[in-house]
Amino acid sequence: MADRSTFAAEAMQYAPQLYSAALRMTRNAADAEDLVQETYLRGFRGYESFTEGTNLRAWLFRILTNTYINTYRAKQRRPQETDLADVEDLFLYRRLPAFESAASTMSAEQSFFELFTDDEVKQALEDLPEAFRLPVLLADVEGFAYKEIAEMLDIPIGTVMSRLHRGRKAMQRALYEFAEARGLVTPLETAPAAEPTEGP
Amino acid sequence: MTDCNETIRELDAFLDGELSDDARSAIHEHLSACNDCLSAFDFHAELRTVIQLKCQNDEMPAGLLAKIEHCFEIDFDGDGRVG
Repeated sequence: MADRSTFAAEAMQYAPQLYSAALRMTRNAADAEDLVQETYLRGFRGYESFTEGTNLRAWLFRILTNTYINTYRAKQRRPQETDLADVEDLFLYRRLPAFESAASTMSAEQSFFELFTDDEVKQALEDLPEAFRLPVLLADVEGFAYKEIAEMLDIPIGTVMSRLHRGRKAMQRALYEFAEARGLVTPLETAPAAEPTEGP
Repeated sequence: MTDCNETIRELDAFLDGELSDDARSAIHEHLSACNDCLSAFDFHAELRTVIQLKCQNDEMPAGLLAKIEHCFEIDFDGDGRVG
């Protein structure tokens, strides 16, 4: 049985991670702040039920996820989409040649992914419908195992896997579209001959 | 020997660390002999790292920590009431 007087000392170190995750979940700073506070309050009150020596971070993320689903999701205006357009496998990887001219301006030490801003990556994740956003957040950003995610979201492991697969591909397409909008992408298909083109 | 299609199909589970030891070795074996698949795996491994770094670098609002700790003080006995 965990002693409540040690809760702050043990748990406060996870506040920055929980706040970032809360931002990705709620997509606004005010709700994220409330969600983190609520998570700590629930954690504090329920700390006796935490088994010492087990994973406190996972325990806190479970509370965060539950609190978000039960409290904040209801406030979100966006309808609950559970479907995503199908995106081909290796979507971004297969389109690397389209980035050739943008990448040629980078130094050899720079990573291809530096073409994307922090905000674009965050946006690509936040734009996923929630059924896909939560598994991708919990796996790719927070590093939880399929089994832990299945428990946190109360869905079967197979569903976690298929949502991760589709959510990740949709994120790749979103990143590609951001790059396209910034003119970083050279269209791969040859334009129809009748189409007048401008510039070089 | 695992072929390219089978290897790519296991990309997610491999990067997620969710494969059995045997399945993992089979992938390693294929990757050591196939540059195309290796380069696809490297790309997705790096993408994963980038997503992780860029999606958890948000600055907490000033005062959030203090607000949380204040909650503990006013609700020390956990009954949801102050004191």
